[in-house]
Amino acid sequence: MIDTIRSLGRWGLGVFERLGRGHLLLLEILRGVPELFLRFSLVIQQLSSVGVHSVLIILISGLFVGMVLGLQGYNTLVDFGAEESLGVLVALSLVRELGPVVSALLFAGRAGSALTAEIGLMKSTEQLSGMEMMAVDPVRRVLAPRFLAGFISMPLLAAIFSAVGIFGGFLVGHGLLGVDDGAFWSQMQAKTDWYEDVLNGVIKSIVFGFVVTWIALFEGYDATPTSEGVGRATTRTVVHSAFAILGLDFVLTALMFGDV
Amino acid sequence: MRQSKSTEITVGMFVAAGLVALFVLAMKVSNFTDFTDETGYQVVAEFENIGGLKVRSPVTMAGVRVGRVAAIDLSPTTYNAHVTLNLYGSFDTIPTDTAASIYTAGLLGEQYIGLEAGAEEEFLKDGDVIELTQPALVLEQVIGQFLFSKAEGE
Amino acid sequence: MPLVKIRDLHFYRGNRAIFDGVNIDIHRGKITAIMGPSGTGKTTLLRLIGGQLHPDKGTIEVDGQNVHTLSHSELYELRKRMGMLFQSGALLTDINVFDNVAFPIREHTKLPETMVRDLVLMKLQSVGLRCARNLMASELSGGMARRVALARAVTLDPMMIMYDEPFTGQDPISMGTLVNLIHRMNDAMGLTSVIVSHDVAETAEIADYIYLLSGGKVIEKGSPVQLKRSSSQWVQQFMQGLPDGPVPFHYPGTDFSDDLLNGEVSA
Repeated sequence: MIDTIRSLGRWGLGVFERLGRGHLLLLEILRGVPELFLRFSLVIQQLSSVGVHSVLIILISGLFVGMVLGLQGYNTLVDFGAEESLGVLVALSLVRELGPVVSALLFAGRAGSALTAEIGLMKSTEQLSGMEMMAVDPVRRVLAPRFLAGFISMPLLAAIFSAVGIFGGFLVGHGLLGVDDGAFWSQMQAKTDWYEDVLNGVIKSIVFGFVVTWIALFEGYDATPTSEGVGRATTRTVVHSAFAILGLDFVLTALMFGDV
Repeated sequence: MRQSKSTEITVGMFVAAGLVALFVLAMKVSNFTDFTDETGYQVVAEFENIGGLKVRSPVTMAGVRVGRVAAIDLSPTTYNAHVTLNLYGSFDTIPTDTAASIYTAGLLGEQYIGLEAGAEEEFLKDGDVIELTQPALVLEQVIGQFLFSKAEGE
Repeated sequence: MPLVKIRDLHFYRGNRAIFDGVNIDIHRGKITAIMGPSGTGKTTLLRLIGGQLHPDKGTIEVDGQNVHTLSHSELYELRKRMGMLFQSGALLTDINVFDNVAFPIREHTKLPETMVRDLVLMKLQSVGLRCARNLMASELSGGMARRVALARAVTLDPMMIMYDEPFTGQDPISMGTLVNLIHRMNDAMGLTSVIVSHDVAETAEIADYIYLLSGGKVIEKGSPVQLKRSSSQWVQQFMQGLPDGPVPFHYPGTDFSDDLLNGEVSA
């Protein structure tokens, strides 16, 4: 019994210690961000591996999510004779929720796990230590550019996801189910608010980008420097990112769309 | 670190695609275009009951949108709803005796303010008050009245 | 005055003492070897000197500066004058040999690209890998990777270089090459070298002074010749690689015949 409580306590202390280390790392990364604007080519390189390489999965997933929304939404709306509102339904679901959340989940799986694996591998092959001994701070040289790249990429990816998704919904709604295209777009425009819906969605995706990149970098940097440890860290990145995205999504939604 | 041209090009294309998507969301999907017409003037109308009217609900005239609801307060003296309307600058020839009513778009739709033009030669300007108003229909009241009149008729 | 002065060094990992009061002097221009059985924390010592780890007690001074009281930026300034050669080479895997050697120059100076090229080719020439400059780090053999890492470690002309197990897992030819290179670099560039190793023959061949570590303490120190004549049985066992001696062949425990006759049968 005492042993159970003790191991619970040890686990709790471990969690807090990791949280502390994570925040310290974040602080150091953020301190390294300003000087990156003098060496932006470092960030561009990472934008390529973090952002560009995630575009394909975002495009395809966005299209299909939008198409499914079109189909499902139509089936429900047609019962109320409100199939003209299909555009609103697709646009609001994507812009407010699915765009930021699903693209962040995909980003965690695609770019986040790759970041963790890359950093973890650099640690286990002593590349990070090597840099330190060459008087190059790995947090500033390796982590900070990746952090900024993730932070910039996420809202762009989410916007691409939503735009493609709405197009997918339109394809299904207009092309397959024969919803009037004028009504589709005009209803959507009338009911989707730039500030309330689109901008809040963008803010969500910025927050998700921040958190997912942070988790991915921390897990990589904190990984046990063996191939097994890196593998476990990669899994943790995806799991913790998913928790963080969904939990934060609830908090942000409550703040943004809860009764003002 | 030097980098290949193709990296820079693909990154450029990625950032451009993201910005275009944001632009599409703003212009095509949402009502961002309304904001370009932000210059306008404000008038006030008092309603007995506004039902489900909300800030940013549309204000229309003959079905054309001419503005938005800017603010909703409760008047401390009359206990009426004190609604501030933001009318677009391009619609500057609305007569002063115009009437404002609260309608519902469709059976279950959202509520909006409809304006019916009067006959005065003078036009509404910033800070004016619309005197003629008609409150929102509250479904429970309508049904109650209907049942009451039905009972009286018998 | 020695370049590196270690005084009363204590370092614990968990409850285990890795160093338990160690004093070491590393003199300028000399090759000093730190030797000892596996697990005596030789690599840890290098990391302590480089400021990557903090001692629990004691001081480490490099060129008159106490490594562990320096600020972040002062420590990084000091590290620019130290080179370290990791066991794996620690080359950056996403860029080629040339860019690896150019890395510290590009990070720390604003030299024009033509000058960077000249410098890198000079350093690569000195380790004999000028024509391998377009290979990726993953295409190199272990010995070549270490030579590239050596070229990289000396690009900024440091005052000292620390070698972490430079001879481990090398075939005789690349072993010979490395022994030769380390010796030549030290003399030609006026470096101070610290070698951590347990390859007795190779290390004794080039070292000017040897420290023998075991159980967290300095067991013996002296020139290779002095050590070979040491009266200590432990030193003799280590230097000659004898299978049995003060360090027993058998893992400590009960007597063998006792175990056979009376040991409990499990499962």
